Amino acid sequence: MRFVLKTVMVLGLAGFALTAGAGEKRYTASNAKWQAECSSCHIAYPPQLLPAVSWQRILGGLDRHFGTDASMEAKATEEIGAFLAANAARGKRAQRAGNQIRITETPWFRHEHDEVAPAVWKSPKVKSAANCAACHLGAESGDYSEHNVRMPR
Amino acid sequence: MSVTNFRYVASLGLCLLATSAFAETPGGIQDSFAQAARASSPTFSGFSTSRGERLFQSTHGGEWSCASCHTRDPRDVGAHAKTGKTIKALAPGANPQRFTSSSKVEKWFKRNCNDVLGRECTAQEKGDVLTYLMSLGK
Repeated sequence: MRFVLKTVMVLGLAGFALTAGAGEKRYTASNAKWQAECSSCHIAYPPQLLPAVSWQRILGGLDRHFGTDASMEAKATEEIGAFLAANAARGKRAQRAGNQIRITETPWFRHEHDEVAPAVWKSPKVKSAANCAACHLGAESGDYSEHNVRMPR
Repeated sequence: MSVTNFRYVASLGLCLLATSAFAETPGGIQDSFAQAARASSPTFSGFSTSRGERLFQSTHGGEWSCASCHTRDPRDVGAHAKTGKTIKALAPGANPQRFTSSSKVEKWFKRNCNDVLGRECTAQEKGDVLTYLMSLGK
């Protein structure tokens, strides 16, 4: 029975395993203000996931931030803006993202997650595709590596 | 004026000076709301726990109430209505970290009143809600 269970588990995980895409999976750039402010309501998404122009758009509209008011003092916005710009996505990933402000709708994100079954996204434990930590166990510390992925069931 | 009287008046003055800076405690922040409420309305007659509770628990014709994220009992751990992220207890009796930074308090009242009421809250409303939260104990 234990063997069967294990096999089922392995198959289950393999079925949902993410494709190993190019690019880094560990994001180490950090800034105390960014961490504190952005992680109040959700994970502080790594700056590398969007180009500078997108972050600029996000910071310019914090009073209507995906349906909620997330406005900050000008000084905090400025410091966080500089940090995001300095570490933003560059090159091909940035080009393909255009000025998209939803990380989950960038071609890069879609490609990385194209093998995730629709049922996983709809799981109440995931709630939203913005909830990285539902599957990426190390997301809070910037670790998005493949071996640290567990799909909720 | 006798020396004793003078000393009394002088120390009273110092006390007033000290409180006008408002300590970064729930009580100090409540006092600063009272001062602001008095300044904007001469008929200000203090804060009300029941008014604060009503403001906190109702949706005001919109989608959310304060309780949508902070739960009906603000001594409990809540969750963000959109992201699901855990929100630590809001009532200062249950979470002593709460209402110990006036800039944080202002930041969140501004955001959350806009989300729930579609406008910023008045000093009267903020004081009522804080008074309700402070009445809850542990």
